[in-house]
Amino acid sequence: MLSVENVKIAYPVGDILDVGLKETLIRRLKKNYQVREFVAVDGVSFHLEKGDMLGIIGHNGAGKSTLVKAIAGVVKPAGGRIRREGKVTALLELSAGFDPDLTVRENTILRAAMMGYTREYVQQAYDKIISFAELGEFQDRTFKQLSSGMKARLGFAIAGLIDPEILILDEVLSVGDSGFKKKSEARMKEIIHGGAVTVLISHSTRQVETLCNKLLWLDHGRQVVFTDEVKLYCEAYEEFMHSKKLPASREQAEKMAAKQAGRQKAEREKAARGEAQKLEAILANGKNEQLARRALEILCQKWPDLVRQAVEQPIEEFHGKKDD
Amino acid sequence: MAIWKKWKAKRFLLDELIKRDFKKKYKRSVLGIFWSVLSPVLTMLVMRLMFTQFFGRDIPHYTTYILAGNIVFSYFRDSTSEGMNAIVGNARILSKIDLPKTLFLFSKSVAFLMNFIISVGVFLLFCAFDGIQFGWHFLSLIVPVVLLFVFNLGAALFLSTFYVFMKDVRYLWSVFLRLLMYMSAVFYRIDGYPEQIKRLFWFNPVYVYITCFRQVALEGRVPSAGLYALAAFYALLALCIGLWVFKKQEDKFVFYF
Repeated sequence: MLSVENVKIAYPVGDILDVGLKETLIRRLKKNYQVREFVAVDGVSFHLEKGDMLGIIGHNGAGKSTLVKAIAGVVKPAGGRIRREGKVTALLELSAGFDPDLTVRENTILRAAMMGYTREYVQQAYDKIISFAELGEFQDRTFKQLSSGMKARLGFAIAGLIDPEILILDEVLSVGDSGFKKKSEARMKEIIHGGAVTVLISHSTRQVETLCNKLLWLDHGRQVVFTDEVKLYCEAYEEFMHSKKLPASREQAEKMAAKQAGRQKAEREKAARGEAQKLEAILANGKNEQLARRALEILCQKWPDLVRQAVEQPIEEFHGKKDD
Repeated sequence: MAIWKKWKAKRFLLDELIKRDFKKKYKRSVLGIFWSVLSPVLTMLVMRLMFTQFFGRDIPHYTTYILAGNIVFSYFRDSTSEGMNAIVGNARILSKIDLPKTLFLFSKSVAFLMNFIISVGVFLLFCAFDGIQFGWHFLSLIVPVVLLFVFNLGAALFLSTFYVFMKDVRYLWSVFLRLLMYMSAVFYRIDGYPEQIKRLFWFNPVYVYITCFRQVALEGRVPSAGLYALAAFYALLALCIGLWVFKKQEDKFVFYF
């Protein structure tokens, strides 16, 4: 269970970063030392139960990552409350935070310790982690000797092999070569379907639509909507990306979704028309029937319905001319 | 049950952090752990060579005198200037996982304590060479070792907090340490100064801890209750201030990484 109640997250901006002690003292004396508070997230509330998967969408800087950090417990909210039941695992930047001078074995054990497991548990899971990461021969190499793919694999194996109760994902992760990708995706699905609460940050509404059953839309740190009508609001979000107008109500969101559907259809038709024109040009110039047929085949595969409609006419003309 | 499990997990993390900090300290040098033996001895030899003519003539057991000052001061210097980095050096992991941050300081301090215990061993060896009479009173050295550990931990907590916010603290601290070394009577005696100035030395905690070592080794006695009280006072003061500052600011660290 994960419950976020009216959470506000603020952090300081202004003269604070990269200003040293000497500089701070001088500015304080001159009285032009300024620190403001930037509210990154404000008034966000939602509630998730076991098995729920939440997709968080919003433009860059909407506060998605900040909110997720608060859920992971790294950032403490300035207001409101976050209640979690169970262990939180964040799969973000998998290969970050390992120590380059320690061996793979030492790093694995240290990371597992950081994730809150007991020595007994880690000893028992260690072989599983290493074989999942396919690093059996590299156990005693130092971490800096590994390739970046290996590092990410180890990161995923440690975070993924345990059973998190709350899982945070930044985009759906795919690390390593295609073989490992398949394995990690399968493992991730296992976790998600195994009754964990999952939170996914994504820029792809298609991904959110297919994976999530709950949706949180953030805009400039404010909650636009928290809903289980994922498809509707994903479409409305696509429309928002064009019009930059937020929906104030459900009806408006519906209108936006409809508009988006219309726009999408129009775009597809436009693309199909463009292709059809190209095809016509081929027919008019080269009179190369073979080439034209191939082009048509390709187009039919891409836009089966629209292209056939748009292209039927010139084909008949072509045949007619030949008969003459 | 849940609390027990949590404590065990924390204990496991602390063990692993200490192991890492200790290993990392020696991983990069060929001499490894032998370096912590060699380093104070070399410094002592140089000081002896340089200063015997100036100060050494009227100080009995000058080797022991310098070495006592040196190991205590080195411990303070290394433990604080490296301990300062305990948070910033682990920023990447601390901005990803919610971990008890004090553990990172504690583990570093323990790694330096182990190092210090080795130096104390070397110190005792040189006492033997220097013809110092051993006795039960040497056991009392445990008191300044423990108090110094607490003092250094407090100082590192305080400094690491500041270092998160202001990155030039590191350079300022190294300057301060150099000044402090000259003020800690590592290689000279303070007998020649007038009373008022002599009293000022008691405001320097490092001098207090050095004196604990010298009284045992050179004067052959357990330090007085007054000296212990002062040493304990500084240790607790440093720990309280350090913890208070650290705890007050630790939630803000993540914004400065």
